[in-house]
Amino acid sequence: MRTRGLRVRRGPREVLHGVDLDVPAGQVVGLLGPSGGGKSTLMRAVVGVQVVQAGEVTVLGQPAGAPGLRSRVGYVTQAPSVYGDLTVRANLRYFATVMGAGRPAVDEVVEQTGLRGQVGQRASTLSGGQLSRLSLAAALLGEPELLVLDEPTVGLDPVLRRDLWDLFGRLSGAGVTLLVSSHVMDEATRCDRLVLLRHGEVLADDTLAGLLERTGAPDVEHAFLELVEHAPPPVGWSGP
Amino acid sequence: MTPRLTLATALRVVQQLRADHRTVALLLLLPCVLIGLLAWVFDGGPVFDRIGPALLGVFPFTVMFVVTSITTLRERTSGTLERLLATPLGKGDFLGGYAVAFGMVAVAQAGIATAFAIGVCGLQVAGSPWALVGVAAASALVGNALGLFASAFARTEFQAVQFMPAFVLPQFLLCGLIVPRDQMPAVLEAVSHVLPLSYAVDAMNAVSRSADGGAEALADVALLAAFALGALTLGALTLRRRTP
Repeated sequence: MRTRGLRVRRGPREVLHGVDLDVPAGQVVGLLGPSGGGKSTLMRAVVGVQVVQAGEVTVLGQPAGAPGLRSRVGYVTQAPSVYGDLTVRANLRYFATVMGAGRPAVDEVVEQTGLRGQVGQRASTLSGGQLSRLSLAAALLGEPELLVLDEPTVGLDPVLRRDLWDLFGRLSGAGVTLLVSSHVMDEATRCDRLVLLRHGEVLADDTLAGLLERTGAPDVEHAFLELVEHAPPPVGWSGP
Repeated sequence: MTPRLTLATALRVVQQLRADHRTVALLLLLPCVLIGLLAWVFDGGPVFDRIGPALLGVFPFTVMFVVTSITTLRERTSGTLERLLATPLGKGDFLGGYAVAFGMVAVAQAGIATAFAIGVCGLQVAGSPWALVGVAAASALVGNALGLFASAFARTEFQAVQFMPAFVLPQFLLCGLIVPRDQMPAVLEAVSHVLPLSYAVDAMNAVSRSADGGAEALADVALLAAFALGALTLGALTLRRRTP
């Protein structure tokens, strides 16, 4: 997956100012940065649901949003997008049909996301963490080759977060490419590559080791701060 | 459009409805309560026989408009529509699924309301009661399609509810139920010609007043189908895979 010169305007302001990004196949790429920095917009552009002003986005060799990609890309929005008035099972069966996956796929993603105890429960009665796992489970149906996950671990306890990152690791081991956004910096250690996005510009695109070496910082959080302090002022920034 | 995906969507919408017992009860029983009330007000006399059938065409239109505009808006705001449009599901499958699911509800609603009006309230109908059910279903489909279109212009459910008086009440006033259309001022009569509810009421009147009004009603139903198709097409244009 790659973007070249990607510019996106949302409302009156430009959110992405010409983003060039490469995500190598089969890797877990963490998209980090403060909220409002353009992470969600970049992910929407990759999935092909975002109107873009300029630049190109190529996904699995095709332009983003191409009809041929719709069953090959899984997408989880930041807010869980499932039907609250349906059970976990009914939600997943519907999305499985839509994605062209069979019934066994439903059982498989239920296992993967640890929702076995909740299959008969209505989605509106799930806890916040269970709901976001259901939203993730729906995206795993149909064995997508690229998974775009917008803050999938937000609001989850440490055990669940670890389990999900283990799952992401297994998926990438099976050849799936993952683009995962997070604002929890310590999740960076679980990614193959890190992309730091701030004010709509890529501040860094490197491995964790490379990033730490370049900045001389002890961890991602400090590396990020180091980069921010030495970065040129953002586009359209008129000073404090 | 893929029949399998359209049917899966229809099944999903029906499952959602089935989970909401109160809405199902309101959908199926409210028209009966209102028709019963009307029959009582006019003591079942000739006025009831005149406007009863027309109301059987107005209810499904109104109810389906509200139900569809709210449910579609909910899909838009909950993110499920964005998710669906990023999958192989076609816009036609989405719209068709809703039309099939709510169409079935409309037929059930019309069947119960018609049976209640004729059986319990003693409504006199010259033509076939089945024709009344058919016209009611066509009217529901137009409400369905218009509600779907209207939902694109609402940001909140509160706004969507306000669209009901905006889209439906003017049609209610001009459809010939209160004053026959040919007795209205020329301008209003001209406007009434382009409003779908007028044809639903015309068809209902044709069926109820003479035993051979079927042919006339069929022409009106064809027009209603054209309205529904037009509104569905406009509705499809408001379903964007890419949004700003």
